[in-house]
Amino acid sequence: MAVKTVIEAIREGMDEEMARDPSVFLIGEDVGNRGGVFLATDGLYKKYGELRVIDSPLAESCIVGVAIGAAVNGMRPIAEIQFADFIAPAMNQIIEEAAKFSYRTAGDFNLPMVIRAPWGGGVHGALYHSQSIEATFAHIPGLKVVAPGTPADAKGLLKAAIRDPDPVLYLEHKRTYRLVKGEVPSGDHVVPIGKADVKREGTDLSLIAYGLMLTYCLEVAEKLAGDGISAEVLDLRTIKPIDREAIIATARKTGKVLVVHEDTPFAGIAAEVMAIIMENAFDALDAPVMRVTGPDVPAMPFNHILEEAFMPNPEKILLKARELAAV
Amino acid sequence: MALKTTEIEAKGGRSRHRSLGLSDEQALRIYEVMRLARAVDERMWLINRQGRAPFVISCQGQEGAQVGIAAALRTGYDWVAPYYRDAGVILWFGMTARDQMLSFFARREDPNSGGRQMPGHFGNRRLHIVTGGSPVATQLLHAAGVALASKQRKEDAVTAAFFGEGAASQGDTHEAMNFAGIHKLAVVFVCENNGYAISVPQSHQMAIENVADRAAGYGFPGVVVDGNDVLACYEAARQAVERARRGEGPTLIEVKTYRFTAHSSDDDDKRYRPAEEVAIWRQKDPIHRYATYLRDAGILSDAVEEEITERVTQQVDEATEYAEQAPDPTADDLTTFVYKQELKP
Repeated sequence: MAVKTVIEAIREGMDEEMARDPSVFLIGEDVGNRGGVFLATDGLYKKYGELRVIDSPLAESCIVGVAIGAAVNGMRPIAEIQFADFIAPAMNQIIEEAAKFSYRTAGDFNLPMVIRAPWGGGVHGALYHSQSIEATFAHIPGLKVVAPGTPADAKGLLKAAIRDPDPVLYLEHKRTYRLVKGEVPSGDHVVPIGKADVKREGTDLSLIAYGLMLTYCLEVAEKLAGDGISAEVLDLRTIKPIDREAIIATARKTGKVLVVHEDTPFAGIAAEVMAIIMENAFDALDAPVMRVTGPDVPAMPFNHILEEAFMPNPEKILLKARELAAV
Repeated sequence: MALKTTEIEAKGGRSRHRSLGLSDEQALRIYEVMRLARAVDERMWLINRQGRAPFVISCQGQEGAQVGIAAALRTGYDWVAPYYRDAGVILWFGMTARDQMLSFFARREDPNSGGRQMPGHFGNRRLHIVTGGSPVATQLLHAAGVALASKQRKEDAVTAAFFGEGAASQGDTHEAMNFAGIHKLAVVFVCENNGYAISVPQSHQMAIENVADRAAGYGFPGVVVDGNDVLACYEAARQAVERARRGEGPTLIEVKTYRFTAHSSDDDDKRYRPAEEVAIWRQKDPIHRYATYLRDAGILSDAVEEEITERVTQQVDEATEYAEQAPDPTADDLTTFVYKQELKP
C-alpha cells in the first residue's frame, strides 16, 4: 500500500492496463506529448508511442466515434473528453450509437470502451469547466457511469471499466485530482462496477454521495460525531448500474437519509436514490429523505461568491444533516 | 434507353470486365447480386402495399454502385459500414435474401437486430458489416475507427463507409474524413449521391456540384463516378482499395446515381420530383445497362438470364415464405442485451 493522489491513481491504472493488454489505447485532445491538460496521461506517449496514445483533432464526436469503430475491431479504447462540459458534440455518438450497439444487434456487437471525463466544480472553472453530467448519461440504458471519489476507487474502477465489455463513462472529479490522497492497494487492484461502499459506519443517519461530495460527507460525519450523532457514509462509486441493495440497506439501518451531489436536483441522482428508498424502505424511514445539491441554474458561475453559492460544501451539508438528525 | 453498344466500346470494349481483372464468372456474379437486391426490394414493396409489413426502404436504382464497390473488397476480411439503402453491399458481403426478409418482417431470427430495428439497419459482426442506426453519418467515424484498429495491429484490411449526399452535410462526415486523412487510414468513403435527401435536392444541400471535391480539403483524392455503370464503380473502388491497402490513405468516391422509389414506404416523392425525371433515370437503370453490356460481351445468353431469374425468384420466394412464418420475438426479449454483460435489473 502506498499513499497516492487521485490523478496518480488514474495514470497508474491506465499505464498498468496498457502494459497488460496491447489492445488498450488512448485517444483525446492533448493526451500525447502534453500528457493531458491535467497530466493524467503524463509519460504514456513516450512509453507506448503514437499509435497507442493518439492526439485527436479538436472534435469530440470524432474522439468517441473513432473509439467506437476501434472497439468494433478488437481494440479497447480509452477516449478522453478534456472537460465533461465539452461532451455535448459527442452525445449523438454516445447515446445513439455506443449505448445502443449491443441492444440494436441483440448482442452481436458490444463495445469495450471507456470515455473518461473530468467533471465537477470548485476550481474556478466557470460555466464550461465545472459541470456535472452524470444524471444526463445515467438516464441512458446501455451506458455504465462511474464516479469514484478516492484514489483506490479511482484506480480500481478505471481498471474495471477498461476490462468491461460495455461502454463506461468514467467521471473523474477534477477537484479531487490532487486534493484527495489515500492508500491504494498494490498489485492488480480492481473495484467491481455496480458496488457502492460504506466508507464510514454509523447508526443515526446516512449520508449518500459520490465524487468530491464523498470527501465533504466524511468531513461532516466527523463533525456530527462531535455532536454525538453517528453518521454512516455510503459512497455510490458507480452511478449506473446503481447499487440498490446498498442504498436500501443503509436506509433501513439508520432510517434517515441525506443525499448529496453538486449536480442540479431536477430528475437527478438524488431523486433516483430517493425513489429507490421510497419504493423499498418507506416503512423503515424516521424522516423524509433529504438532499443537498447544486441549484437549478444552467451552470456554475466564475465569480467566487457565485461559485460558492452554487457548490454544496461541508457547512451546507452539516446544516442539513443536523436538521435531519433533529427530526 | 440502355447504353448503346458503341458507348460500351468507348469505355473499353466487350472485355471491359476482363481488363479490370474480373472473370466472366465474377462479372455474372455481380449481375446476379444486383438482380437479387432488386428482387428482394420489389417483393418488400409488394408485401408492404398489401399491408403485411409496415415499412420498406429501398436500394432500387443504386445497386450498381453498391455491388460494384463492394465487389472490390475482400469479403470476410475487409469491413463495410453501410447506410440504409445498401442492400447490394450487404448481400455481396454474405447476407442473404432470408436475412433481408427476417429483418423486413422484424422476426426474432433477424440477424441484424433480432427484430429491434427497422429494415435497412444492417449489421453483422461475423460478416464485418458494422451495425448502423438511423442518425446519418455516424458510421463514417466508426469506419475510421475500424481502420485505425487495423493500422494499430498492422493489418492491411480496408474499410468502406457508405453514405448519401444528405449525410455529407453532417459534422461527423467532416470529422471522419479529417481524421482518416491525418492518419492515412485505409478507408474508402463512398457517397451515393442520388440527388435527394428525402425531398431536399442537392442544390439545397450544398453549394457545390461534386461532394468529391471536398476530398481535397482532407488531403486525399476524390473521384466522381457514374453510379449507374457498375464496372466504372468497380474500377474506381479497386483503385481506392489498392491505394488504401498500400497504406497511402483514404479516397472519397462519389457515385452519381438516383433512387427509383420514394424515400421510403411512408414518403410520396410526387410531392417533390417530377415523374419525367424518374422516367429518365429509369432508362439508365444500372441493371438493364449492365445486362446489355454482358449480352454484348457474349456472357449473358437468354438461357443464363433465365437461370439467374429462376435462382433469384426462388431465393426471394423461399425467403419470404420462411420469414413471414418465422416466430416474432417474445415480450421477454424486450430487456435482453442492454449490456453484453447481463446485469440484474
